[in-house]
Amino acid sequence: MAAPALERPTAPAGTQTVTIAKGLNLGLRAAMERDPKVLVMGEDVGKLGGVFRVTDGLQKDFGEHRVLDTPLAESGIIGTAIGLAIRGYRPVCEIQFDGFIFPGFDQIVSQLAKLHFRSQGRLKMPVVVRVPFGGGIGAVEHHSESPESLFAHIGGLKVVSCSNAVDAYWMLQQAIECDDPVLFFEPKRRYYEKAELDPAAEPAPLFSSRVLRQGSSLTLATYGPMVRTCLEAANAAEEDGHDLEVVDLRTLSPLDLGPVYESVRRTGRLVVVSEAPPEASITSEIATRVQQECFYSLEAPVLRTTGFDTPYPPSKLEEGFLPDLDRVLDAVDRSLAF
Amino acid sequence: MSPERWTREGHSGEATDTGPPAATAAKPTREQVIAGLRATSEGGADLVQLLTPEGERVSHPDFDIDVTDAQLRDLYRDMVLVRRTDREGNALQRQGQLGIWVPLLGQEAAQIGAGRALKPQDMAFPSYREHGVAWCRGLDPTEVLGIFRGTDHGSWDPMATGFHLYTIVIGNQCLNAAGYAMGQRFDGRVGDDDGEATMVFFGDGATSQGDVHEAMVWAAVYDAPLVFFCQNNQWAISEPTERQSRVPLYQRASGYGFPGIRVDGNDVLASLAVSKWALDECRHGNGPVLVEAFTYRMDAHTTSDDATRYRLADELEAWKLKDPIERLRVHLVREQIAGQDFFDSVEAESDELAARFRDYCFNLTDPPPQRMFSQVYAEQTPQLAEQEREYLRYLDSFADESLAGGVH
Repeated sequence: MAAPALERPTAPAGTQTVTIAKGLNLGLRAAMERDPKVLVMGEDVGKLGGVFRVTDGLQKDFGEHRVLDTPLAESGIIGTAIGLAIRGYRPVCEIQFDGFIFPGFDQIVSQLAKLHFRSQGRLKMPVVVRVPFGGGIGAVEHHSESPESLFAHIGGLKVVSCSNAVDAYWMLQQAIECDDPVLFFEPKRRYYEKAELDPAAEPAPLFSSRVLRQGSSLTLATYGPMVRTCLEAANAAEEDGHDLEVVDLRTLSPLDLGPVYESVRRTGRLVVVSEAPPEASITSEIATRVQQECFYSLEAPVLRTTGFDTPYPPSKLEEGFLPDLDRVLDAVDRSLAF
Repeated sequence: MSPERWTREGHSGEATDTGPPAATAAKPTREQVIAGLRATSEGGADLVQLLTPEGERVSHPDFDIDVTDAQLRDLYRDMVLVRRTDREGNALQRQGQLGIWVPLLGQEAAQIGAGRALKPQDMAFPSYREHGVAWCRGLDPTEVLGIFRGTDHGSWDPMATGFHLYTIVIGNQCLNAAGYAMGQRFDGRVGDDDGEATMVFFGDGATSQGDVHEAMVWAAVYDAPLVFFCQNNQWAISEPTERQSRVPLYQRASGYGFPGIRVDGNDVLASLAVSKWALDECRHGNGPVLVEAFTYRMDAHTTSDDATRYRLADELEAWKLKDPIERLRVHLVREQIAGQDFFDSVEAESDELAARFRDYCFNLTDPPPQRMFSQVYAEQTPQLAEQEREYLRYLDSFADESLAGGVH
């Protein structure tokens, strides 16, 4: 699938070291400079720059009508973004935390997802909903959830998740350029991890997964905050003589499983890793499709390392809830033992 | 408190001060229900009215309006034709031609008054009962049939018509309208007589939804040129307005910081006058405005509803005396604005429209299976393309069989 064409350069020239949060900020800035119809809207996104400072400085430079400090109501944010999209704008909504998206769920599912279909393509819905998601920051309830599967289940929505600063920069711009509604899940516990960003480099297409580490013993497929965990697990496994391949899924709906199939056909083994509860989730979807497509290549059943089918626990228990290096390696061992 | 008291709570006569509240104590008697409904049905002293139920033209200090005789006849024609298609829709459902129909019977004046106040540059966001507003936006009445027959989710172009698609989830469209109106303001399209405005339609039941409340908050804080047009038809399926609010709905606007006006929704002139004023306020940048059109749903909520289970015949009879079409007809006759020829011609036109409406319905073709997969996305996904291919291949396998069967 072709990536939307983006003009360059769109950021300060030259390679620079940036965090994911800064990558997102630069991506937003580039999109807003490129297209005056791009709006940023949400709670505290203006003067404060967002609770994670992702929108830092944007209101100062683009004004209050481009960066809207909205009233405090998520249905209102999404619902008015839909009206603005009908009017020709390209709103980027910020939901402060994953667990707060549910008041906006109705507008996302009932209107945002369906208006293109309902109108037979006459109404475009170029709305991006940014959601800092996942746990591991010791937060109180409703601040650590992984609801991405709920949106992947809805026809009419597209769902992506970045795992590093370079993707953060490019994927956000590509999502804004996309004429379909995109739920953009940001790994909040990785916000301050750095990478080298070269704004002149060619970005990967938005709706594509990528092999981040090549290997031959087993495939790890993951996304968002678990990408780093899986890369660390692969490094640890190497010491035991196991050569793991790591695929960053990047797009969750539509899933781009081509690289996963190809990988599994070579390795014969797959472990899917996600913080989200496993039942009826993206990880179960991947397991189903891989057994359909790679049945004769599999040396072991597809295994998963995930959160649990529980409400997100109090933070003193989240270390157990979240897949860590050891739990990933345990699944790797079980798969290799088949 | 003794346990046996709990067992007796159903017997209101035995309830005492120390006992639990009796379940039936709050239940009004039949007489109280009727009295209460009659009280709310009067509309109150703040009701803007320009045409009495007896068809007499009255003036109003703030909301008077000049209309020509031709305009009055046009308003009558609008209401008659819209009612006729509405009745045909009901009948078509009864004949099994439509899955469901949502009647507007009784609400013609509210919708035609509001609809005729809109200008081409305006945008309207309907709920799902706004067949009269659709008519005013230039949609052919047949364009809503596909929704109820199940052939589409809305066949018209929202931008070309200035009429958004029907919205079935209660209150959602109020936020979408608020966003659209914010865009009108951001685009600098308000400030003079030619400014743009948006009007959003919803019912009394919708006022209990969070989205409607949020839309009023948003519209107010962004000074959006948005007219909230609430058709208070007294019933949200079986729940009366008293179940939605402790205050008259138009009074809620003051809590958001913009004007609220209650208009006689069965008076097309008043509805037109108040809507024009409200839209002009928005055009000039003085919005938003809430209009409560005080009216009555004379039919059931939908063809799936049985209104006889929850409302009293007296109530319906009382409202029949306020029929929006009849009162304008009486006015036209009394003032000699229209003669029998006119009424006959409108009747003949309505017969023709009804016949065309029915024919169109009978001849609506089912969409091809590809429609399921088309336009889900601006950019189709590989998964959906694959599902479509697989499904069409599956369907093709049946086509082969039926062809083979036809040879015998």
